[in-house]
Amino acid sequence: MVTGKKLALTLVAAAGLTLTAQLASAEKMYGPGVTDTSIKIGNTMPYSGPAAAYGTIGKASAAYFAKVNAEGGVNGRKIEFISLDDGYSPPKTKEQTRKLVEQEGVLLMYEGLGTPTNSAVHAYLNHKKVPQLFVATGATKWGQPEKFPWTMGWQPSYQTEGKLFARYVKENVKDAKIGILYQNDDYGKDYIHGMREELGDLADKLIIAEESYEVTDPTINSQIIKLKDSGANVFFNVATPKFAAQAIKKVRELEWNPIFLNNSVSNSVGAVYKPAGLENSKDIISLQYYMDPTAPETQQTEAYKKWAAWMKEYNPDGDLLNTFNVFGYLNAQTLVKVLEQCGDELTRENVMKQAANLDFEIDMFLPGVKVQTSPTDFYPIEGMMPVQFNGERPVPIGKVVTLSK
Amino acid sequence: MTANIDINVEKAEKNLLDGRRLNLKWIALFVALGLTVPFLFDGYTVFQATMVVIYAIAILGLNLLTGFNGQFSLGHSAFYAIGAYTAAVLVNQLDFPVYVTIPLGGVVCFVAGFLFGLPALRLEGLYLALATFALAVAVPQILKSSHLEGLTGGVQGLDLFRPSVPEFIPLNMDQWWYLIAFGIMLLLFWGAWNLINSRSGRAMMAIRDNPIAARSMGINTSLYKSLTFGVSAFYTGIAGALGAIIVEFVAPDSFTFQLSILLFIGLVVGGTGTIWGAVFGGMFILLVPNFAEQISTGLSYAVFGVILILVIYVMPSGFAGLVNLLLSRLRKLR
Repeated sequence: MVTGKKLALTLVAAAGLTLTAQLASAEKMYGPGVTDTSIKIGNTMPYSGPAAAYGTIGKASAAYFAKVNAEGGVNGRKIEFISLDDGYSPPKTKEQTRKLVEQEGVLLMYEGLGTPTNSAVHAYLNHKKVPQLFVATGATKWGQPEKFPWTMGWQPSYQTEGKLFARYVKENVKDAKIGILYQNDDYGKDYIHGMREELGDLADKLIIAEESYEVTDPTINSQIIKLKDSGANVFFNVATPKFAAQAIKKVRELEWNPIFLNNSVSNSVGAVYKPAGLENSKDIISLQYYMDPTAPETQQTEAYKKWAAWMKEYNPDGDLLNTFNVFGYLNAQTLVKVLEQCGDELTRENVMKQAANLDFEIDMFLPGVKVQTSPTDFYPIEGMMPVQFNGERPVPIGKVVTLSK
Repeated sequence: MTANIDINVEKAEKNLLDGRRLNLKWIALFVALGLTVPFLFDGYTVFQATMVVIYAIAILGLNLLTGFNGQFSLGHSAFYAIGAYTAAVLVNQLDFPVYVTIPLGGVVCFVAGFLFGLPALRLEGLYLALATFALAVAVPQILKSSHLEGLTGGVQGLDLFRPSVPEFIPLNMDQWWYLIAFGIMLLLFWGAWNLINSRSGRAMMAIRDNPIAARSMGINTSLYKSLTFGVSAFYTGIAGALGAIIVEFVAPDSFTFQLSILLFIGLVVGGTGTIWGAVFGGMFILLVPNFAEQISTGLSYAVFGVILILVIYVMPSGFAGLVNLLLSRLRKLR
């Protein structure tokens, strides 16, 4: 009797074990580069060459993965982050990417830096059906799920920012008459395109003047005078730092006092507001999506303390004042979130499926900014906080403007 | 002075006597090795081998100018860029077949090189190096300029897609294009060899060794110098067009001044004044930076520099020079 019971129990237990084992093996589906204990992730960064300053982003992301690994990894798997130098040279990016995909056999390519460099592998990765996730560039072309279903951007694109400024004007300015200064190239036109699209039918009514300049122009004074004479009460400045500083000076010199909107390309205190004069730059409004680690308000927050503790432990050589260290930290968390959601089904298809199914906040984001994607929306960050320059630093005003419904 | 002339005469004679016959055994071995590459290695390695072949062509172009004619150029990235953009623009804007753009890239560069060579005639040595440097720095900016943006795609660059491999050929894309590049390289090497061992080649080298003597012997130095510039640019332009097709993308950032320096390094490491040293030069500039990065990501350039210094120290006349030295020692032993 006893033996019979024992036997039965053993049998049941054995059957149970086999069943769970079978279930487990049925659930586990691995793409290239994945084992029970590791996930291989590929990346290219300019650690040398003209854009080497951006290499900080790669180091920060690597440091974040080190933290994840030290805490046990993603669902028990360690992230093996292979980051290669491309020197910001597109042919080198192609070579290194092929190496990562074909020789290292990575599951996906992540956070490649630069527009020309990512362009060089855009078609290749989509052809090979390798995810090209969260590329570190502001171009608009990374969010086309129909044409390039394997590529996704991360930061708000120029076009998105243009749309957000349009939202801001619609929500906050009565009887807006917008005058725009823009650089006559892809970058400038992306902003205008975004703003016009968001304003829709109102665009022709609200935008009363557009003036462009060429990168080679010595000054933009005559454009500013024309914009002032148009009677605009909102000035949207889509200029690179040198011209942005000129614009600020000229606007104040003419004693024109519009609501001054400034694109994020030129919202650097050191490179734009200081040369233009801190007093002149007061009240300028721009958009941001993550906290500025140099601001005293930020440094009081829990999020900052967590970030600073991580920096100290995993990225001790990193500069606490460098915003790239925030960028790499936030972007890496987005990837970790995707991998967590994938569970044990770590195939390339599922990675894209999960990347297109995100809705969460990260702590160093400004309150209200979210990562949100869907199978038709490959622009993860589409909310930004309006910030106003107070003569020393930009200070958040009001609430986040966002495109998500 | 007398001694100096003696040495030059010896050098010229050696080139005349040794260079004239092709060593068929070695060439057959080289071709056989080259042809097996795409069937032995995976796609990525074949891609790298293709890039080596392309750099070898560009370095050979530079070598014709510097090694055989004595004119310095730090501007060959410009010609490489012009070749690449010729291919990309023709395919994108005018729907040219990809294959046709390769020689056209060379021809456009020949014209550009010849025209640049004319004013450069007045410049020698360091001054010519500076003038060509200016060219290398200017071209990426010109490609970005808004006036040409409609044509060149500006900073964003241009995509360039290769047609699939013809169906009757049982090869994949990487293998097919490697063989095309390898074939073009053999053709261009053969062309260079014939050029060097012809009357024109001797004139080129005479100008390098002693321009005054060359002129007094009746050589039209200006014409030869400009023509050499053109031919050199032609080679580099073909390499550029091939490079654009292999990478399937061109952007101004692909052709910075650094590319000129790399080609120059390839030239010196491979051996100035030799033809096949270019292959080794191409291998060096593609593989050694990767190797340096493996040793240390942060210090990759420092490692590269150390390797470069060691190589120059061990092989002062380049890889080709080292091999020649070893061969002559072997012959003496026998």
